[in-house]
Amino acid sequence: MAITKAVPKGTDDHREQARPQEEARHLNSPLLLTMLMLVLVLLQSPIRRALSAPVMQSWTTVFVAVMVQALPFLVLGVLLSAAIAVFVPPSFFARALPSRPALAVPVASAAGAVLPGCECASVPVAGALVRRGVTPAAALAFLLSAPAINPIVLTATAVAFPGDPEMVLARLVASLLVACAMGWLWLRLGRTDWLKPPSRPSHDGQTKGEAFWGSVRHDVMHAGGFLVVGAMAAATLKAVAPESWLRAAADNPVLSVLVLAILAVVLSICSEADAFVAASLSQFSLTARLTFLVVGPMIDLKLFAMQAGTFGRAFALRFAPATFALAVVVSVLTGWVIL
Amino acid sequence: MNRQAQSAVLFLLGASLLHAGTTDLYLRYVKQGLRPLVLVAGAVLIAAAVATVWYERKRARRQKQTDEHAHPEPRVSWLLVLPLFALILVAPPALGSYSATRTGTALQEPLAYPALPAADPLPLSVVDYAGRAVYDHGRTLRDRRVRLTGFLALDPDGTPYLVRMALNCCAADAQPVKVALTGQVPPVLQPDTWLQITGTYTPRRAEDPVNGGPIPYIEVTEAKPVPAPKDPYDESWNN
Repeated sequence: MAITKAVPKGTDDHREQARPQEEARHLNSPLLLTMLMLVLVLLQSPIRRALSAPVMQSWTTVFVAVMVQALPFLVLGVLLSAAIAVFVPPSFFARALPSRPALAVPVASAAGAVLPGCECASVPVAGALVRRGVTPAAALAFLLSAPAINPIVLTATAVAFPGDPEMVLARLVASLLVACAMGWLWLRLGRTDWLKPPSRPSHDGQTKGEAFWGSVRHDVMHAGGFLVVGAMAAATLKAVAPESWLRAAADNPVLSVLVLAILAVVLSICSEADAFVAASLSQFSLTARLTFLVVGPMIDLKLFAMQAGTFGRAFALRFAPATFALAVVVSVLTGWVIL
Repeated sequence: MNRQAQSAVLFLLGASLLHAGTTDLYLRYVKQGLRPLVLVAGAVLIAAAVATVWYERKRARRQKQTDEHAHPEPRVSWLLVLPLFALILVAPPALGSYSATRTGTALQEPLAYPALPAADPLPLSVVDYAGRAVYDHGRTLRDRRVRLTGFLALDPDGTPYLVRMALNCCAADAQPVKVALTGQVPPVLQPDTWLQITGTYTPRRAEDPVNGGPIPYIEVTEAKPVPAPKDPYDESWNN
């Protein structure tokens, strides 16, 4: 680290002082990580004992299950997002999407059908789209529609509701409507300063390979950390909240819709599996279960944490409640018309 | 967390996914069909770790003079140590009687009741037995000895159930299917022990205290403890 040679005399002292501190800060994390792992290994038997209570065991299982299930999809999304960021020129999106933002929103919503994955994949991809100059309204519409209307999820819905094929149509229509409406709402009311400025270093002066893997590393560390927060929240609710509460709510038509909407948020189930869970909530009306299927892929604890990480907290705090309210209203209307 | 530490975390995360995917460990948490994806994700994470180290070395050599520091990643990245620890050191067991007694039976009406083979005793899954018993009134089960495998769970009032958790994607969406035991039930019942039960159909029914779902009974003639199966969940709903 011989840097002092070329530096002018005047700033030399200043540099010399800053150096040890910076060095210390940068040495820290690998050392800290090693020590943390060592301490965890040394303490593993007391920790295991503490985790052997049934509640904790079930918590840990659900936590690990959400992580193991979501990581492959997150990795898929991160690879796609890195590919968009590095190999697709911004001019491509300018040509592919209509130049009028109001028209770009429905096109982007419909394009969500081509991303075969669950919601963990769509967050990094939408982030990359925004950084690539796609109008935020269109990218957000894509973010909301992709996990709900792709063929894998719709097929799973058809399999889970063999007696009610109109459920698939209702889910498709309601999800598309919410995605478009949120996009247009963003056009009218959204402010760019709510969005966090892109935090990654620019790719200038890097080879394509370096930029690609740098983007993969950045997104996994970033979104992965927030995924852990969401997985912990979901595991806590799954292990602690008793299901018998649900039974009381099922008889009231208004309450049942609200309860299943909130359940979709707290359970944070992968959108490829939520149809089966909805099918088993047979004490609830079809409209209430449609709400569960529309809300879940658009906003849940895990998604909220990841959106806050990718787009900033100011954005997530406004976007999530609006999405939730709109999704509930649209689901009820769609359920009323179709189901 | 600087890039060295990040590549270490990426590597360990990838290695633990590969470890879970190459052993039967992953079956405790996700469905069988996710295995290729888990393995690919593990490989990609390790590749990202290697690439990070590789480009970091190149960058260090190239930028000796310019002395430019990358901005550190947010502190939230440290949380990625938790799943690592949970997966490598704790490796929690599959969901058992605790979740089973807190969640209502998820039994759904089967699409069809295919003819059963002529074996005696007839091996059946808990889900298959419960579906035939409740929705087909045991038409295909009469005068047959059936053999079920599941784990034991006890109701708050002491009713013993033989349970299998049915899985659609991962353990977060696992739901129990329960069959209540009557007849020659073993005298000592330890929740979470895996039992292989031989018995016959009985028209008796119960209501699940959690969600009011139907729970069929089985008249037990023989029960013996067995080791937990390789895949602790019932995945028949995936097909």
